[in-house]
Amino acid sequence: MSFTLKKIGEVVVVDVEGQLIVGNRQELKQKVLDELEKGERKFLIDFSQTGYIDSSGLGVLVSLSKKIREHGGELRLANLNDDLQTLFELTKLDTLFQISETRERALEGF
Amino acid sequence: MTSSYVALDVEIPSDVTQIEPIVALVTEHCRTLHLSRRQCSLNIPVALSEALSNAIIRGNHEDPRKHVRLRVTVSDTAVVLDVVDEGSGFEMSDIKHDPTTPEYLHREEGRGIFLMRHLMDQVEQFNGSQHVVRLTLNR
Repeated sequence: MSFTLKKIGEVVVVDVEGQLIVGNRQELKQKVLDELEKGERKFLIDFSQTGYIDSSGLGVLVSLSKKIREHGGELRLANLNDDLQTLFELTKLDTLFQISETRERALEGF
Repeated sequence: MTSSYVALDVEIPSDVTQIEPIVALVTEHCRTLHLSRRQCSLNIPVALSEALSNAIIRGNHEDPRKHVRLRVTVSDTAVVLDVVDEGSGFEMSDIKHDPTTPEYLHREEGRGIFLMRHLMDQVEQFNGSQHVVRLTLNR
Protein backbone atom coordinates (compact mmCIF):
# COMPACT_ATOMS: atom_id res chain seq x y z
CA MET A 1 0.00 0.00 0.00
CA SER A 2 1.26 3.45 -0.82
CA PHE A 3 0.20 7.00 -1.57
CA THR A 4 1.63 8.83 -4.56
CA LEU A 5 1.20 12.57 -4.91
CA LYS A 6 1.65 14.54 -8.09
CA LYS A 7 0.64 17.97 -9.29
CA ILE A 8 -1.58 18.31 -12.35
CA GLY A 9 -2.10 22.00 -13.07
CA GLU A 10 -3.23 23.50 -9.77
CA VAL A 11 -4.49 20.19 -8.40
CA VAL A 12 -2.63 17.82 -6.09
CA VAL A 13 -3.62 14.32 -7.23
CA VAL A 14 -3.22 11.51 -4.71
CA ASP A 15 -3.22 7.89 -5.87
CA VAL A 16 -4.18 5.37 -3.18
CA GLU A 17 -2.58 2.04 -4.03
CA GLY A 18 -3.87 -0.85 -1.92
CA GLN A 19 -6.09 -0.34 1.09
CA LEU A 20 -7.00 2.81 3.01
CA ILE A 21 -7.44 1.51 6.53
CA VAL A 22 -6.63 2.10 10.17
CA GLY A 23 -2.99 1.06 9.69
CA ASN A 24 -2.11 3.69 7.08
CA ARG A 25 -4.73 6.46 7.27
CA GLN A 26 -2.42 8.75 9.26
CA GLU A 27 0.16 8.59 6.49
CA LEU A 28 -2.39 9.83 3.94
CA LYS A 29 -3.64 12.49 6.32
CA GLN A 30 -0.14 13.81 7.01
CA LYS A 31 0.84 13.89 3.32
CA VAL A 32 -2.24 15.91 2.39
CA LEU A 33 -1.92 18.23 5.40
CA ASP A 34 1.73 18.88 4.48
CA GLU A 35 0.63 20.00 1.01
CA LEU A 36 -2.13 22.14 2.53
CA GLU A 37 0.47 23.72 4.79
CA LYS A 38 2.61 24.52 1.74
CA GLY A 39 -0.30 26.44 0.24
CA GLU A 40 -1.98 23.85 -1.99
CA ARG A 41 -5.78 24.15 -2.00
CA LYS A 42 -7.11 21.78 -4.64
CA PHE A 43 -6.93 18.05 -3.97
CA LEU A 44 -8.13 15.01 -5.88
CA ILE A 45 -7.90 11.50 -4.45
CA ASP A 46 -7.92 8.82 -7.15
CA PHE A 47 -9.09 5.35 -6.03
CA SER A 48 -8.53 3.48 -9.29
CA GLN A 49 -5.87 1.32 -7.61
CA THR A 50 -7.61 0.96 -4.24
CA GLY A 51 -8.89 -2.29 -2.75
CA TYR A 52 -11.09 -1.56 0.23
CA ILE A 53 -11.57 1.29 2.70
CA ASP A 54 -12.53 0.82 6.34
CA SER A 55 -14.33 3.24 8.68
CA SER A 56 -11.02 4.84 9.70
CA GLY A 57 -10.18 5.47 6.06
CA LEU A 58 -13.61 6.98 5.44
CA GLY A 59 -13.17 9.07 8.58
CA VAL A 60 -9.87 10.48 7.42
CA LEU A 61 -11.46 11.57 4.13
CA VAL A 62 -14.21 13.37 6.06
CA SER A 63 -11.61 15.02 8.29
CA LEU A 64 -9.40 16.09 5.38
CA SER A 65 -12.34 17.47 3.43
CA LYS A 66 -13.34 19.59 6.41
CA LYS A 67 -9.78 20.84 6.97
CA ILE A 68 -9.27 21.70 3.30
CA ARG A 69 -12.61 23.57 3.18
CA GLU A 70 -11.59 25.55 6.27
CA HIS A 71 -8.59 26.76 4.24
CA GLY A 72 -10.79 27.74 1.31
CA GLY A 73 -9.93 24.66 -0.75
CA GLU A 74 -11.71 21.59 -2.04
CA LEU A 75 -11.25 17.82 -1.96
CA ARG A 76 -12.70 15.74 -4.79
CA LEU A 77 -12.74 11.98 -5.27
CA ALA A 78 -12.53 9.90 -8.45
CA ASN A 79 -12.56 6.37 -9.80
CA LEU A 80 -14.50 4.55 -7.09
CA ASN A 81 -15.09 0.95 -8.13
CA ASP A 82 -18.52 -0.65 -7.55
CA ASP A 83 -17.63 -1.84 -4.04
CA LEU A 84 -16.31 1.54 -2.96
CA GLN A 85 -19.32 3.28 -4.49
CA THR A 86 -21.55 0.95 -2.44
CA LEU A 87 -19.57 1.81 0.68
CA PHE A 88 -20.00 5.55 0.09
CA GLU A 89 -23.72 5.13 -0.61
CA LEU A 90 -24.22 2.93 2.47
CA THR A 91 -22.61 5.55 4.69
CA LYS A 92 -24.20 8.42 2.71
CA LEU A 93 -20.74 9.91 2.27
CA ASP A 94 -21.54 10.12 -1.44
CA THR A 95 -23.61 13.16 -0.45
CA LEU A 96 -20.62 14.82 1.21
CA PHE A 97 -18.08 14.59 -1.61
CA GLN A 98 -17.95 15.48 -5.27
CA ILE A 99 -17.26 12.07 -6.80
CA SER A 100 -16.31 11.70 -10.47
CA GLU A 101 -16.16 8.58 -12.58
CA THR A 102 -12.75 9.48 -14.00
CA ARG A 103 -9.76 11.57 -13.05
CA GLU A 104 -10.18 13.70 -16.17
CA ARG A 105 -13.78 14.51 -15.32
CA ALA A 106 -12.82 15.40 -11.75
CA LEU A 107 -10.13 17.77 -12.99
CA GLU A 108 -12.53 19.55 -15.33
CA GLY A 109 -13.50 22.92 -13.93
CA PHE A 110 -11.55 22.38 -10.72
CA MET B 1 -27.09 -31.94 9.21
CA THR B 2 -24.66 -29.11 8.44
CA SER B 3 -20.96 -29.96 8.49
CA SER B 4 -18.37 -27.33 9.33
CA TYR B 5 -14.60 -27.01 9.54
CA VAL B 6 -12.12 -24.51 10.94
CA ALA B 7 -10.47 -22.87 7.94
CA LEU B 8 -8.14 -20.62 9.92
CA ASP B 9 -7.17 -20.21 13.56
CA VAL B 10 -4.45 -17.62 14.15
CA GLU B 11 -3.23 -15.13 16.74
CA ILE B 12 -1.86 -11.72 15.85
CA PRO B 13 -0.17 -9.12 18.04
CA SER B 14 -2.10 -5.99 19.02
CA ASP B 15 -0.73 -3.93 16.15
CA VAL B 16 -3.00 -2.35 13.54
CA THR B 17 -0.43 -2.97 10.80
CA GLN B 18 -1.17 -6.68 11.24
CA ILE B 19 -4.75 -6.22 10.03
CA GLU B 20 -4.12 -5.95 6.29
CA PRO B 21 -2.13 -9.20 5.86
CA ILE B 22 -4.57 -11.27 7.92
CA VAL B 23 -7.57 -9.83 6.07
CA ALA B 24 -5.80 -10.65 2.78
CA LEU B 25 -5.34 -14.25 3.94
CA VAL B 26 -9.02 -14.63 4.82
CA THR B 27 -10.14 -12.95 1.60
CA GLU B 28 -7.97 -15.30 -0.42
CA HIS B 29 -9.54 -18.30 1.28
CA CYS B 30 -13.04 -16.89 0.74
CA ARG B 31 -12.46 -16.85 -2.99
CA THR B 32 -12.20 -20.65 -2.90
CA LEU B 33 -15.61 -20.96 -1.22
CA HIS B 34 -17.72 -19.80 -4.16
CA LEU B 35 -18.89 -16.72 -2.32
CA SER B 36 -19.94 -13.79 -4.47
CA ARG B 37 -17.26 -11.39 -5.72
CA ARG B 38 -18.71 -8.63 -3.57
CA GLN B 39 -18.74 -10.77 -0.43
CA CYS B 40 -15.01 -11.43 -0.94
CA SER B 41 -13.98 -7.94 -1.95
CA LEU B 42 -16.25 -5.79 0.23
CA ASN B 43 -18.31 -7.51 2.93
CA ILE B 44 -15.64 -9.72 4.48
CA PRO B 45 -12.58 -7.42 4.17
CA VAL B 46 -14.31 -4.33 5.55
CA ALA B 47 -16.29 -6.05 8.34
CA LEU B 48 -13.30 -8.14 9.43
CA SER B 49 -11.03 -5.12 9.35
CA GLU B 50 -13.48 -3.29 11.65
CA ALA B 51 -13.71 -6.20 14.09
CA LEU B 52 -9.91 -6.62 14.24
CA SER B 53 -9.42 -2.90 14.63
CA ASN B 54 -11.90 -2.77 17.53
CA ALA B 55 -10.21 -5.77 19.17
CA ILE B 56 -6.72 -4.26 18.89
CA ILE B 57 -7.60 -0.66 19.79
CA ARG B 58 -10.64 -0.88 22.08
CA GLY B 59 -10.16 -4.38 23.43
CA ASN B 60 -6.42 -4.68 23.90
CA HIS B 61 -5.62 -0.94 23.89
CA GLU B 62 -2.76 -1.72 21.47
CA ASP B 63 -0.87 -3.41 24.30
CA PRO B 64 1.94 -5.35 22.55
CA ARG B 65 1.78 -8.05 25.26
CA LYS B 66 -1.80 -8.86 24.28
CA HIS B 67 -3.00 -10.78 21.25
CA VAL B 68 -6.08 -11.03 19.07
CA ARG B 69 -7.26 -14.44 17.92
CA LEU B 70 -9.14 -14.97 14.68
CA ARG B 71 -10.98 -18.20 14.03
CA VAL B 72 -12.74 -18.74 10.69
CA THR B 73 -15.30 -21.54 10.55
CA VAL B 74 -16.92 -22.56 7.29
CA SER B 75 -20.11 -24.56 6.96
CA ASP B 76 -22.41 -25.38 4.07
CA THR B 77 -24.52 -22.37 4.94
CA ALA B 78 -22.21 -19.71 6.39
CA VAL B 79 -18.75 -18.31 7.04
CA VAL B 80 -18.28 -17.43 10.72
CA LEU B 81 -15.47 -15.11 11.84
CA ASP B 82 -14.72 -15.10 15.58
CA VAL B 83 -12.49 -12.24 16.73
CA VAL B 84 -11.29 -12.70 20.30
CA ASP B 85 -9.46 -10.05 22.31
CA GLU B 86 -8.11 -9.88 25.86
CA GLY B 87 -10.16 -6.88 26.91
CA SER B 88 -13.24 -6.69 29.08
CA GLY B 89 -15.39 -5.83 26.09
CA PHE B 90 -17.82 -3.04 25.49
CA GLU B 91 -21.56 -3.21 25.08
CA MET B 92 -22.08 -3.13 21.34
CA SER B 93 -25.85 -3.04 21.76
CA ASP B 94 -25.45 0.38 23.44
CA ILE B 95 -24.13 1.78 20.16
CA LYS B 96 -27.30 2.75 18.39
CA HIS B 97 -26.44 6.01 16.64
CA ASP B 98 -26.89 6.20 12.88
CA PRO B 99 -23.74 7.72 11.30
CA THR B 100 -25.68 8.54 8.13
CA THR B 101 -27.83 11.18 9.84
CA PRO B 102 -26.92 14.87 9.40
CA GLU B 103 -25.89 14.99 13.08
CA TYR B 104 -23.16 12.36 12.57
CA LEU B 105 -22.36 12.52 8.84
CA HIS B 106 -19.55 15.07 9.24
CA ARG B 107 -17.85 13.21 12.08
CA GLU B 108 -14.59 11.36 11.57
CA GLU B 109 -15.41 8.45 13.90
CA GLY B 110 -18.38 6.19 14.54
CA ARG B 111 -18.96 4.14 11.37
CA GLY B 112 -17.24 0.85 12.30
CA ILE B 113 -20.07 -1.02 14.01
CA PHE B 114 -22.57 0.38 11.51
CA LEU B 115 -20.49 -1.13 8.68
CA MET B 116 -20.17 -4.51 10.41
CA ARG B 117 -23.93 -4.66 10.93
CA HIS B 118 -24.70 -3.71 7.35
CA LEU B 119 -22.10 -5.90 5.65
CA MET B 120 -22.66 -9.08 7.67
CA ASP B 121 -25.82 -11.15 8.08
CA GLN B 122 -25.30 -11.34 11.84
CA VAL B 123 -23.02 -9.61 14.37
CA GLU B 124 -22.93 -11.06 17.88
CA GLN B 125 -20.90 -10.32 20.97
CA PHE B 126 -20.01 -12.66 23.82
CA ASN B 127 -18.58 -11.39 27.09
CA GLY B 128 -17.52 -14.42 29.09
CA SER B 129 -14.02 -15.42 30.10
CA GLN B 130 -13.07 -13.92 26.73
CA HIS B 131 -14.50 -11.09 24.67
CA VAL B 132 -15.65 -12.43 21.32
CA VAL B 133 -17.19 -10.63 18.35
CA ARG B 134 -18.76 -13.13 15.93
CA LEU B 135 -19.44 -12.10 12.35
CA THR B 136 -21.63 -14.41 10.28
CA LEU B 137 -22.00 -14.19 6.53
CA ASN B 138 -24.48 -16.56 4.91
CA ARG B 139 -23.34 -18.44 1.80
